[in-house]
Amino acid sequence: MSLIGERGVRRILAVTAFSAISALLLIALFILNEGLPFIFRYGLHDFLLKSDWDPQAGKFGIYPMVAASLWVTFGAMVVGAPLGVAGAIFLSEFVPKSVMRVIKPTIELLAAIPSVVYGFIGVMVLAPLIRTQLGGPGLSLLAASIILGIMILPTVISISIDSIQAVPQSYREGSLALGATTWQTIHMVTVRAAKSGIIASIILGMGRAIGETMAVIMVAGNAVKIPHSALDSVRSLTANIALEMSYATGLHRQALFATGVILFVVIIILNSFAIVVLRKRVYKK
Amino acid sequence: MFRKTIGLFSLAIVVLLIAGCGKNKTSITLAGSTAFQPFAEKLAEQYMSTHANVSITVQGGGSAVGVQSAISGAAQIGMADLVVLPEEAKQLTPTIVARDGIALVLNPANKVINLTMQQVREVFNGKIKNWKEVGGADSPITVVSREAGSGTRSSFEQIVTEISLTKDALIQDSNGTIRETVANDPNAIGYLSHGLLNEKIRAIKIDDQECTTELITAGKYKIVRPIFLLVKGDPQGEVKNFIDYILSAEGQNTIKTTGLIPAK
Repeated sequence: MSLIGERGVRRILAVTAFSAISALLLIALFILNEGLPFIFRYGLHDFLLKSDWDPQAGKFGIYPMVAASLWVTFGAMVVGAPLGVAGAIFLSEFVPKSVMRVIKPTIELLAAIPSVVYGFIGVMVLAPLIRTQLGGPGLSLLAASIILGIMILPTVISISIDSIQAVPQSYREGSLALGATTWQTIHMVTVRAAKSGIIASIILGMGRAIGETMAVIMVAGNAVKIPHSALDSVRSLTANIALEMSYATGLHRQALFATGVILFVVIIILNSFAIVVLRKRVYKK
Repeated sequence: MFRKTIGLFSLAIVVLLIAGCGKNKTSITLAGSTAFQPFAEKLAEQYMSTHANVSITVQGGGSAVGVQSAISGAAQIGMADLVVLPEEAKQLTPTIVARDGIALVLNPANKVINLTMQQVREVFNGKIKNWKEVGGADSPITVVSREAGSGTRSSFEQIVTEISLTKDALIQDSNGTIRETVANDPNAIGYLSHGLLNEKIRAIKIDDQECTTELITAGKYKIVRPIFLLVKGDPQGEVKNFIDYILSAEGQNTIKTTGLIPAK
């Protein structure tokens, strides 16, 4: 009886474990199946590099969206990475463990706030502020970058903290014993030793930023054009899919799936990169 | 214990099933236009209160979904708010149940009160870029439009004609977000369903005609689109009864009091 139970549990666990992987495979297959035929028919070059997006006229160039996604992600990095890494250094090197035990979960709670709430704050507070202080329509590349920069903070901070804390205490002691100041120890020894983890945290943050949809739709304004300044309105790849999917039929629908294929490829590249960087750290130890 | 729970649970399901089937209800599904959806819900509610044997479900999805689901049979009635029905809708029987004005809206802080149709066209084409060119303050115009494929956008572009939307236009994906964007930006201009106007935004006159129920009914305000109910084949049974109810004096009155324009 107990033997069957043992085996049964094992099987159930195997099924649940593989269901997650097969879901991923099915999603990948489905997107590729719907999107690739369109890319082959329309031509990858035209699809990626033409800047006219007019589904009604049969023009499907996603270059402005690709540019927008890259710029928004870059902007989010500029805002989020320094803040996140600095915050992680401060929290792990300067704050007592007991305080940290309160602050870290609080920061991780930021990740639990729904993106629509971030978007709402962006629309109600940030966009009017940008419009009155800097000009432009307010709903802009800049607004999206700032909101996304804040949204990736929990990812960057918590992974960076983990990797900084994983640096053996003896490294710090050795550096201090050689006469280095606290700051010299941090930037020449600790951060350097934790480098791969910090880089991985930034790459994972990038993955989150490039894949974010709701908040970007709400604050970026969604104009299909190549941005000339940070105050211009932009439409990201994710926003393009989400905005038009409910109406799209035929070729238009396929083009949106093809947009998904491009996004999927970009995110897979980013994530594999993060995994490789993280693995290198483990190997070093 | 476990068995008892399962036993009770299945009993509950059986009871629910019997209760559900007991009255032998006819169910009708409407799907499509988000502009007509709230009105259809209201009408369905009224109809069901007097016809206990019918259960009506109203879904959104947009006009394209309305056409598709009427063709596929996913919904008995498709709702579409298009000026010109697409080619594939030829196999469906259309009934105009209401009309809907599309209002051009500005932020209340904007002092412009009238635009000509030509000015509207040039604003949305990006030829007129500053409010001072149409008698307003010296500030750049923020054009706000709907996403490609939206029924409101295609109706608007077909009625105003010769619009190729400026690339600077912000795109919002519903009447509600258009309203919020315009309410938040003193330089914005957008368009939305006449039934959804409120005090946070201000509708302007087009060719000196205000966007009101009276002027739309009189045919003076020009940006008006029909709302179609689409049925595969001839409407029959409860589907026909429901459409007849919408077209009846009571149904049309509901349409009028909730902000749309009656069909006749």
